[in-house]
Amino acid sequence: MSYVRGLRCRECGATYPVSPVSICPECFGPLEVDYNYEAMRQAISRFSIESGPATMWRYRSLLPIDGDRVVDLGTGFTPLIEAHRLGQELGLKRLYVKNDAVNPTYSFKDRVVSVAVSKALEFGFDTVACASTGNLANSVAAHAARAGLKCYIFLPDGLELGKVLGTMIYEPNVITVRGSYDEVNRLASEVADHYGWAFVNINLRTFYSEGSKTLAYETAEQLGWRLPGQVVSPIAGGSVLTKIAKGFGELVRLGLVEGREPRVCGAQATGCAPVARAFKAGADVITPVRPDTIAKSLAIGSPADGEYALATVRRTGGYIDDVSDEEIVQGMRLLARTEGVFTETAGGVTVATLRKLVLDGRLDPEETTVAYITGNGLKTVEAVEGSLGQAPGAIAPRFDEFEERIRALAVSPAPA
Amino acid sequence: MNCKVRIPTPLRRLTGNAAELSIEAATVGDLVGAIEARHPGFASKILDEKGQIRRFINIYVNQEDVRFGGGLGTPLKDGDEVSIIPAIAGGAG
Repeated sequence: MSYVRGLRCRECGATYPVSPVSICPECFGPLEVDYNYEAMRQAISRFSIESGPATMWRYRSLLPIDGDRVVDLGTGFTPLIEAHRLGQELGLKRLYVKNDAVNPTYSFKDRVVSVAVSKALEFGFDTVACASTGNLANSVAAHAARAGLKCYIFLPDGLELGKVLGTMIYEPNVITVRGSYDEVNRLASEVADHYGWAFVNINLRTFYSEGSKTLAYETAEQLGWRLPGQVVSPIAGGSVLTKIAKGFGELVRLGLVEGREPRVCGAQATGCAPVARAFKAGADVITPVRPDTIAKSLAIGSPADGEYALATVRRTGGYIDDVSDEEIVQGMRLLARTEGVFTETAGGVTVATLRKLVLDGRLDPEETTVAYITGNGLKTVEAVEGSLGQAPGAIAPRFDEFEERIRALAVSPAPA
Repeated sequence: MNCKVRIPTPLRRLTGNAAELSIEAATVGDLVGAIEARHPGFASKILDEKGQIRRFINIYVNQEDVRFGGGLGTPLKDGDEVSIIPAIAGGAG
């Protein structure tokens, strides 16, 4: 059973029954799921959660699912790695990396899509759709395939090959659009208004975005039902950061953890930093920008939840910073070199921003710190291609050639 | 200047269910006023108390967000297409 009472407008407070609508008809504010937390508190315990599957669906009672069937590829409960070497390099005593690059379609998007596509089945849709910068496309196409639903994917042109092929393999209908993500998104909003399709990030957005809360639930459970002191999350549309904070807040409210809400910090690419800019300028309203960055999965110039992300960071005493394309590549390489995790450009943004926040004294080196790595590096190999140089040429399968190569590399041979 | 205006679903109850209107206006601000004259109650959904475009409303002239241009003062010419779109959408990654 679910603890959903209905939907409520985040701006004007008007309430509505559960339906595939994400915008308040009165004021156009975003609708949010309205839960009965009292009933939830009575029914949910650490034990009931721990008895669930080793996926995000162990937190099903905290998600807005009313039907019997969830569309699950085995998403979530991803590793929370204690990052000793990266922490040492940055000067953080207890640093953890939440590695969401290892989800079924290799990004955190599987969390939100698993909820949204389950909801699409519940509402009786036969077609799911999305506008995407790539990760969401991969995930929606995969979940649609598993659920046996028709699928339309709207992509901006010029995406990384890995993301395009990683979508087409599931055989959705791909509509490539000349333009930026924001333009694709605007077109998709108009299409959503005319066709009876379940657009996961438009008319199902209210449910979809709730999936990101599981990032916070897992973090706390994996820390032994403790809250971290500070976290760093990338910001694209602003939803993930906002929902991570919401997830931690709910755990406190439900009595599952004790303590203070973590300080939430945001990471953007300088080539698309509308939220960081507003934060630094002390503004409450986000001015849209035209993105120009290698971090394409974060290239949203007009972030729908930007103001909420801004308010969350300010409320929790965090900070929002941005990093250059060069720093992004360095961040990807740093995480790979120190922790063995190959992340995509968005993860490079998070790691590079984490580094900057420590250098600028904005994070407490003694606190437990969690960095959210949301996507996989194999999808954006183009980003590191230039910086790693040429792979060395082949040698003949002969011992003397090997020794010659070793000498050339100026590496001392291992003892026999 | 005669423009074509696309109306999103939540606003159509104010336009007699019309999904598209043909409006004479010189600027985006004039256009909102002209729709208000025809369909009272429309402007207050689009503009806040200070007369600015509401946070959750995006207005596009020929696919261009007017926030990048002149806002409500953005000039219109014959044949321009205006889209009014609620801002809630997005979230890629």
